[in-house]
Formats: sequence, structure tokens, C-alpha cells
Amino acid sequence: MSAVAAEGLWKFFGDFPALRDVSFRVEAGACLAVLGRNGAGKTTLLRILSGLSKASRGSVSILGRDARDAATRRCIGVLGHGIAVYEELTAIENLRLFGRLYGLENPGRTAQEWLERTGLEHVRDGLVREFSRGMRQRLAVARAFLHSPSVLLLDEPFTALDDRAVAVLQDLLRGALAEGRTILMSTHQLREALELATHAGLVDRGRLVYLGPRTAEMLADPGWLYRHYGEA
Amino acid sequence: MKENNFRRNTLYGLAVLAALLLARNLHVILRGLPDEEEQGAIYRIIFFHLPAFFTAAVCYLLALVSSALYLVKRKARYDALAAAATEVGLAFAAVNLITGMIWARIIWGIWWTWDARLTWALVCWLVYAGYLMLRRAIEDPSERARNSAVLSIFAFVSVALTWKAIEWWRTQHPGPVLRIRGAEGAMDPAMESMIYWNWLALLLVGAVLLAVRMRQEQMAREIDALRRHAHAL
Amino acid sequence: MRFLRQCLTIAVKDLRSELRSKEAINASLSFALVILLLFSFAFDPTAEHTREISGGLLWLVFAFAGALILNRSFSRELTNDCLEALIAAPISGSALFLGKALANMLLLLAVEMICLPVFGVFYNARWTGQFPTLLSVTVLATWGLTVIGTMFSALTVNLRLRELMLPALVYPMMIPALMAAMQLTTLLIAGEPIAGEQLVWLRLLIGFDIIFTALALALAETVLVG
Repeated sequence: MSAVAAEGLWKFFGDFPALRDVSFRVEAGACLAVLGRNGAGKTTLLRILSGLSKASRGSVSILGRDARDAATRRCIGVLGHGIAVYEELTAIENLRLFGRLYGLENPGRTAQEWLERTGLEHVRDGLVREFSRGMRQRLAVARAFLHSPSVLLLDEPFTALDDRAVAVLQDLLRGALAEGRTILMSTHQLREALELATHAGLVDRGRLVYLGPRTAEMLADPGWLYRHYGEA
Repeated sequence: MKENNFRRNTLYGLAVLAALLLARNLHVILRGLPDEEEQGAIYRIIFFHLPAFFTAAVCYLLALVSSALYLVKRKARYDALAAAATEVGLAFAAVNLITGMIWARIIWGIWWTWDARLTWALVCWLVYAGYLMLRRAIEDPSERARNSAVLSIFAFVSVALTWKAIEWWRTQHPGPVLRIRGAEGAMDPAMESMIYWNWLALLLVGAVLLAVRMRQEQMAREIDALRRHAHAL
Repeated sequence: MRFLRQCLTIAVKDLRSELRSKEAINASLSFALVILLLFSFAFDPTAEHTREISGGLLWLVFAFAGALILNRSFSRELTNDCLEALIAAPISGSALFLGKALANMLLLLAVEMICLPVFGVFYNARWTGQFPTLLSVTVLATWGLTVIGTMFSALTVNLRLRELMLPALVYPMMIPALMAAMQLTTLLIAGEPIAGEQLVWLRLLIGFDIIFTALALALAETVLVG
């Protein structure tokens, strides 16, 4: 059973196909970096995998189950474009809230642990409204990892991160991979993402035009995939 | 192609039938039926006022069923049908409202009266106009179809409850009523049958309008898709 | 039960968030009080008149003030894309909806409970005659308004003209509940119990609440996710 599997995925907005017949499998413990231009369909794909959107045709399974299953959602961690934390709540309140929603046994303690891991324990009772951008990003990462998800779905996670947040995230992702978790992240062509990746894929105009192991060539030259498999 | 011809011919046939029936009804209404005792000539407006009300109600019911079907089956044609039915329903509800107002003006000298049916038609109109407003505000077709279907279901339940509420309100606080009554509250059978004949005519008109509107929705969707394709290329 | 626990988590979150910023509740309360006072100037009702219009007046005020609270309900989740995180979390659309509706109801009730004594003072009206029943009717009607308003907040969350559209969509739908509330409130403020033919209004209110709550719970997931 693959960690993430898509079979014949189509997504229509009206009659326009944003995703066309996308099929792939990601095995447990792998890290897939999905490249593609803006509008290619990366975000659409990730949203369907995260259960935020329904595919028009085809099926998606995460850990062998439907993406919208409550049991599945408990095992998925999502980091989208927005930081998804509440401005009017404190850092610890935010993490406790999500801890409760994810059914953690001891939301308070887990929240505290994650604040420490992301270097935010000194602002535990501070309102997110007063945080700097980097602090918010780290809190967002804490929120995504809080419930020890087996599968992490990240949409352009390194974009607009400051260097401290990048370091925290890379650390956490490396740790997650070492623990056998699965990561799927969309990226433009950032080195940070490609470094971590075991596999790479290219989405072009709604189609998955390439999927394979991430090679040293790709790391050395991030534009390699676009040149070889993308349309000009 | 053949299907298109068949469809077009059926529509023309229906339209002609509707026109003939309306013409015949008008003839009977204006020349055949006698004046009513209390109200004089104006009572004839009921032959449009009441059937328009019934037709609007049928359209709203159709919109409800169609919306529910869309949510279950997710086929775009149910959404097109729901939208078309609501629009046609609104048109007939407007006819009901306007004829009601004219009638009230002539009988009682006032433009509006909180007659139960008229009040209900107005509330219905506002509710379903909201439906059209929502549709116009959502750009993505799937989201538009889904959200307006939910709205349509809420709308129908709401107008059903409103009908009951207005009925009870009017029972407790009676007001002027737009009706025609005979000796014991019954209507002259010739008039009664005319109401139903004209209802049939209006239903036919409604069916034609519905079909035309649905085709429009379908073409709009195709154009929208082509536009997105063009942008993507 | 997990469902109820999740509802409560969401309700507490909304209340905590709102009580910290107090945006919606301040706007709503000031609006309500201002309209109450304006009506008093505009109509300068005698004691007799006040008794006749009390229900209509109060529920108009509550409905207008309520729109400000209900509008914010789902739109507050748009900041930072919080709504997406909630939808991705293992909480059902109906639990999310119910939690928010609960929070909204409590906020609106708070505004109403402040408006009642203000009404009593400025209109020289006695309203405590049938207070327990009045409170029950207020809770029932407020729940009806809240269910519709919260649902429509979810329906219109992605729209640009949300603030303008929500009242236009929502008020006509609330008419049965508003009518019932107005009739019953006028009666109760005059100090009379609900009896005889007035019972239909109570039944209408309860029916309205049950039907729309069921519909909203059934359709919440569809509206929020697809």
C-alpha cells in the first residue's frame, strides 16, 4: 500500500481541466518534490490530496483510505500558502486548539513541546497578532507537525520563509523522513526542497509529465526538469 | 444535428400551441364570460393573476427538485434547470405581483394590500431574487452550482414556512382579500374552468422559456470553458 | 462524544477570539442601541403604542444587530487561511458549523439581554412580566436566526460583496421566525401568557428551528468542502 496514490485524477473548474489524468504513487518514507510553473496545477493537486477539494474524476488514497476520511485526516499534516493560525489567540492556545481537533491525548503538553522545538516557548502566551513574520511561520510549521502526521503535504513551504524558519523546517523535514514519514511538497525550483527530495515530478498544464528519482543533475541545475520535460 | 432539429421543432411546436391557447383564452375571457357582480370588468385579471401564481409555484418546486438532484448527481444540466426554473418562476411571480397591484388599485384605490397571497408572492420574489444574486456573484461554475443548490433548498423550505406563517397571521389579523366569490363562496364553473385553461397556457409558455433559458446556460458554460482553455494556451 | 467535543472546541475558540478583539460585539451592540434610540425619537410612542409594537421593534433591532455578528462568523476564518486548516482537520463540516452557530447565538443573546433593559428604560415599558417565557422565546428565535445566518455566512464566505449580500439573502428567509418572534414577544412583554391561537407561533418557531438546524447540519459539509 503506497502512502499516497492518485489514479486517473481529473479536476474541472466548470468545463476547464485544471488536472488531466494524473496518476502516481508515493511510497512511505519518500519525499516527492513537485515542480511546475504557476498555474500548472500543483496547488490544485495538493488541495485534492489534502482533502480540501474534491476531484472531478478519479480517486485519491492516502495510506490506503480516502483523503476525506476522518481517520486519514488525522494522519495528514498540511502547510498551505497561509499560515493558518489565529491572530487573536496566543501561540499555545493555537496549538492546543489544533491538538484538540486532531484528538491528541494531551494537547497542552504536546503544544508546549512543539513550541520548544520551534523556538517559540518564550512567546508562548503572546498573541500571534504581535508576532514577527518569521515567528508566525515557525508557529505554522509547529501546527502542521503537531499531531505527528505520517504524511506531510506542503505547498511551496520554503517560499517567503526567513533563514531561521528555513532551518527549522529543513530540520523537521529531515527528522520526519528519518522516522519514515512521507513528504509531498510543491516547489518552484528551490534548492532547499530539492536537497531533501528523494523523488521529483513535473506538472505542466495539468498533466504529470515526469515522475522519477531525484538525480544529482536536478540538484545541480534546478531548471533541468523544465528543459527536458516541460514545453517551452 | 438531428437531435438539435428535433429539439428546435418541438420548441416551436410548443410555442405555437401556447400562443394559440392564449389567444383562444383571451377571446373567451374578453367576450365569452360575463362580468362579475361586485367587481365589474376588472375581475378578469384573476385569469392571469392566479395562474401566474400557480405557475411560479410549480417553477419553484421544479427548482427545488433540480437542486436536490444536482447535489446528489452533480450533473451540470440539473444546475442549468434549477437556474432556469428559478428565473422563469420569478418572471411569473412578477406577473402575479403586478396584476395583483393593478387589481387592488382598481377595486380599493390602493396600490398595495397585505393580502396573504400577494404578501407571500413578494417574499418569495425577494428570496429567489437572492438566489439569482448569489449566482451572479460566484465565478467558479462548480461552486456556483453547489452553493446555489443549497440556497434553493433553503429558499423553498423558507417560503413554505412563510406561507403558513402568513396564513396564520392573516387569520388573526384579517385584512383585504383579492378574491372573487359567488353566492356561497363558490365560483361560477365557467370562470373556474377558465382559470385552469389559462394555467395550462401559462405552463406552456413557461416550458418554452425554460427550454430556451437552459440552452443559454449550456452555451454560456461552453464559452466559459473555451475562454479558460484559451488563457491556458 | 467526539462531535460535541469538537463543536465546543470551535465554539470556545470563536468566543475567545471575539471577546479579545470585541470587534463584532461592539459594532453589534452600538448599532442595536442606536437604532433603539432612533426609533424612540422617530415614533415617540405612547405607552399604548409601545405595547403594540414592542415585539416588532425589538426583533427588527435584534435582526439588524445580528447581521453584524453573523457576517463575521466564517469570514473571520479567511485571515491566514485558517478555514483551510479547519477543513483539513478531522472535524466534520457539521461540527464546525454547529460550533460556530453556538458561539454566534451566545454573542447575539448577550446583545439582546443588554437591549431589553435599555428598551425598558427608554420606552417606559415593563418587560419582566413573563420573563422566563420571554427568555425561552428569545433563545428559540435567536437560534433560528443564527442557524440561517451562520449557514449563509458559510455560503458567501468567498464572495467579494459578502457584507452587502448577506443581509439581502438572509432577511427574507428569516421571515417565519421573525414573525413568530414578533407576535410572541409583543404578547409576552404585555405580560400575557401564550395561549389559544397564539400557540401556533410557538409551534412555528420550534418547527423552524428543527427543520433548518437539520438542513444546515446535513448540508454544511457540502457547502464547506464540495
